[in-house]
Amino acid sequence: METEQLQKFILAELNNLGSIQDSRKLFYTPISRHLDQPNDSLVLQSSLQGLQSKEMIDYKNHETYTYTLSDEALDLIKNGSHEARVWACLSTDEGLDPKEIITKVGSTSAKVGQGRAFKQNWIKKVDNKFFKNVLDIEDVTVNNLVYIQAHNTLNDEKELSDLKKRKLIKPKKLLHFSIAKGPQYSPELITFETDLTSDMLIDGSWKNKSFKKYNFDAAGALPQGGALHPLLKVREEFRNIFFEMGFEEMPTNQFVESCFWNFDSLFVPQQHVARELQDTFYIKEPKVADVSDKEYYNKVKTTHESGGFGSIGYRAPFSEDETKRLVLRTHTTATSAQCLYRLAKQEGGFKPCKLFSIDRVFRNEAVDATHLAEFHQVEGVIADKNITLGDLIGFMEVFFKKMGMSQLRFKPAYNPYTEPSLEIFAHHDGLGKWVEIGNSGMFRPEMLAPMGLPDDVHVLGFGLSLERPTMIKYAINNIRDLVGHKVDIEQVEKSEAVRF
Amino acid sequence: MPTISVDKRELFDRLGREYSTQEFDQLCFEFGIELDEDTTEEVAELTRNNQPSEPPQLKIEIPANRYDLLCIEGIARALNVFLGRQSPPVYTAAPANHTRKLRIDSSTKDVRPFAAAAILRGVHFSPSSYASFIDLQDKLHSNLCRKRQFVAIGTHDYDTLAHTGTFTYQGTKPENIHFTPLNKDKEVDGYQLMDLYSQDKHISKFLHLIDKSPVYPTIYDSNNTLLSLPPLINGDHSKIKMSTTNIFIECTATDATKLEMVLDIICAMFSEYTEKPYEIEQVEVVNPDNTTHLTPPLQPRQIKARSSYINSCTGLTTTAAEIVGLLSKMGLPSTATGEAEYDISVTIPITRPDILHECDIMEDAAIAYGFNNLPRTFPKAYTVAAPLPINKLSDIMRREAAMAGGTEVLPLILCSRDENCAYLNRHPDELKHAVHLANPKTLEYQVVRTSLLPGLLKTIRENKHHALPIKVFETSDVAFVDQGLERKSKNERRVGGVYNDKKGSFEVAHGLLDRLLNMLAVHFLPSDTRKEAEKGYYIVESDNPTYFPGRAASIVYRPPPSDDQDNDGAFASLKSTLAHALPDSLKDLVNSRDRVIGSLGIVHPDVLNHFEIKNPCSAFEFNLQEFL
Repeated sequence: METEQLQKFILAELNNLGSIQDSRKLFYTPISRHLDQPNDSLVLQSSLQGLQSKEMIDYKNHETYTYTLSDEALDLIKNGSHEARVWACLSTDEGLDPKEIITKVGSTSAKVGQGRAFKQNWIKKVDNKFFKNVLDIEDVTVNNLVYIQAHNTLNDEKELSDLKKRKLIKPKKLLHFSIAKGPQYSPELITFETDLTSDMLIDGSWKNKSFKKYNFDAAGALPQGGALHPLLKVREEFRNIFFEMGFEEMPTNQFVESCFWNFDSLFVPQQHVARELQDTFYIKEPKVADVSDKEYYNKVKTTHESGGFGSIGYRAPFSEDETKRLVLRTHTTATSAQCLYRLAKQEGGFKPCKLFSIDRVFRNEAVDATHLAEFHQVEGVIADKNITLGDLIGFMEVFFKKMGMSQLRFKPAYNPYTEPSLEIFAHHDGLGKWVEIGNSGMFRPEMLAPMGLPDDVHVLGFGLSLERPTMIKYAINNIRDLVGHKVDIEQVEKSEAVRF
Repeated sequence: MPTISVDKRELFDRLGREYSTQEFDQLCFEFGIELDEDTTEEVAELTRNNQPSEPPQLKIEIPANRYDLLCIEGIARALNVFLGRQSPPVYTAAPANHTRKLRIDSSTKDVRPFAAAAILRGVHFSPSSYASFIDLQDKLHSNLCRKRQFVAIGTHDYDTLAHTGTFTYQGTKPENIHFTPLNKDKEVDGYQLMDLYSQDKHISKFLHLIDKSPVYPTIYDSNNTLLSLPPLINGDHSKIKMSTTNIFIECTATDATKLEMVLDIICAMFSEYTEKPYEIEQVEVVNPDNTTHLTPPLQPRQIKARSSYINSCTGLTTTAAEIVGLLSKMGLPSTATGEAEYDISVTIPITRPDILHECDIMEDAAIAYGFNNLPRTFPKAYTVAAPLPINKLSDIMRREAAMAGGTEVLPLILCSRDENCAYLNRHPDELKHAVHLANPKTLEYQVVRTSLLPGLLKTIRENKHHALPIKVFETSDVAFVDQGLERKSKNERRVGGVYNDKKGSFEVAHGLLDRLLNMLAVHFLPSDTRKEAEKGYYIVESDNPTYFPGRAASIVYRPPPSDDQDNDGAFASLKSTLAHALPDSLKDLVNSRDRVIGSLGIVHPDVLNHFEIKNPCSAFEFNLQEFL
């Protein structure tokens, strides 16, 4: 049956009948029969869908079931139901015990038949022996099966479902349709164009064509482009904020640091707990760093051991072996220290600067939902003569406002290389509370003076993690869903643009 | 940062008023400690359910350098001073008829060379102050004393010890030790002691501090009673109890500065309970060279400060007199000297070893003023923004790769040795160029990657549910050993991509490579015009084992002539690498500037198998720094 021919037939029938109640009653002349065969429904349905999409008709599905017999059912018809067989093997005067029944009718019939025969009072049990209870029976199961064999169905729903449960009959779903005229009904089949084409523009035929109604609920076609990673999109937003505020990017492309730059130059004491094995990745190979500027190294060493530049120092031993150990940097501040060191040494003397970096740092931490051994640190440094804490706080207000955080407060904190150290809290309107968003401070003179920076040069520093605001932005609870190889590529593709 | 738990009722009694949780949180915030938790609700809940509970506690986070705030005595004292309810205590030496002596024997030199001691007399402990006294020692041991490595504290009932004569701190051979440890009823020698505590949950952690030494640190009184075996355990003989009134405190150390800090803190905190509050009886320590000094020294330090400096840091215009007022809130007695420059003289109490420099004074002045009250200004300097050139270049690559249909991924930089080498069919010698970690907690973090491919392939492995094709890329750093540099290592910025589909698709990876390089104005050099071209790139077949034989190529870049001069060193080695990589027939096409910058190919089935990838992949990776 061709769809188009069938569609024309349906439109003509609707013209004759006004509506069609049951598609099975349609007599389709090209094949000289009614459309009541199971296979007809598929072909009919696609024809009807086509007409409905043009709003020429409306149609409804109606489901019916037909039933076919299983092999077991055929056997029952031939040899009687299990219950009839059990009844037949018994007599009224001489009882049989269950074992003897099995011997006579087989275990399947005995198992099923005994219960059913009992239920219908065909048989009785005395002293664990079974007897015929009636002299005549009507084998309903077999009668029903015979009826189904002839008619493919039965009028008794309960009995049908029982036979289905017993796996004697198999249902098959049939579909037929009721059809009515739609808003765009016409007795002739109209062809609708699906889309405007170049040819139509050239020959002007678009003017006389009817166009298929467009489904405005359908999703658009997926574009073929790729996607940037959500964390790096947030990085880009941070970088833009830094650029907007006049910051120059620091060369943080150096994962391996010496303890000298990672800790000592920052005036982190050699006995500091952060330097222990459970917090820092130490390097086995290559083995030890060089000391490139011996004069600077000596100043750092002296400042730790016995002070200087107005400090009493840590008054603890300072070991050259410790300073030369190599680590994976635990913070990008190691690079900031080198930038400040170069700033002190640059030709033409000190000039104010604003520096930033966003790069990977490493901590030897146990991995869990919020900690990875690697994360990204966002860091900013501002150096100027007599720059103040008021400048730091005022700057932070502008910086974080660009990220949509307008209410800030600052808590005194401790950090070995900044004094004062200020924890930055922002009011989170959603949570209705203050949350810590970063750290900041003024670098200690014991760090800056050995580099040779003039006394009146103050250096502000601040830092935060890139992952935390990103996880909040994308409502990600597990950091492993954001960073690392276990990230779902589809999530990357779907992650929305970042606008703070 | 340490968190300490204090009894809420007792703290508010000491502060002389009730605080709501919010009010107390605010007070802590301004002072620079943090209220972590108030258990009042929790306790009320337990009480409602008829379950046992301790009285409500406040859990307070203390800055890591404020050892004077590790107990309720210290917190209450500091807050009372901050609130102006109390003036900072002055810690004085108790007059003594005869000063007790502690002689340090030279035999301690190699195991634990420093010691100090003090006596607190007329103490009356309550159950809570007694608990606090024990707890402070624990807190100090785990923080400042670094698990007793730097300093160990022992406290004793003074009245059980010899009342005259000299205490001796000496190294004693284990076999000569006869000692009943605290809360034990049997005397043991040094070896038995080590056995006794080898399974002890608490003490066993400290055995390593002395167990290799031929002598163990011991302290004897003049009756030859062994009262302490630092840093492990005190003797049962001089056991301290709640009824103890006179306390002998001894500290032994490997670090003289921390020794002084620890004894100062213990004495300062618990001299609150002595007969005459804040009076401490000093002990004269006799060093092996017979020099002597009193411990604790109780000599407050003087630091001079400048109001001009403080104002230049805070942005305030406070006078010296105003700063004196601010510092008194922080427990730092000071005076305005009237001098022109250093116009403030500050007395640093023994509780504040964290103050090293004038900047620490400045901080305290700023805290007292209130960080959140400082005038908010904006840095004045004009500076010019600039991206790091390699990052700018990376961003160009990232956008082009994404526009070309690639999805950016972000694998870890650390990986296992196998992933970085064997899994890629690389020769084990290649690991010599990698940075190896000494103390990773898992096998996943053995080396810093030298290629982007392991991370890209692992990402594909974890995304089997994704419809094919998968197109991923990464622009990031790898690292190599470089013995010529200060840190013996350098990063290298790379671009890498992998295409995963039902077939190998060499041309797809190649197509993305073409696109990326074209966008850098670097174009393909066809073999017929390759010889005379000024600049561009081409690919030549290679025998790189990561890739499928016959589907592996080296990416060769020819920079413009002017680049040549600054790259002589690198060039020599690259030239030999390249000559090796080229089949003989192609050798004559190579210009002297050509260098191999990366690889391209269909990933070898063995490599796919190592990374548990079922479908073919094509991949490329190149060094982006060549295009700076």
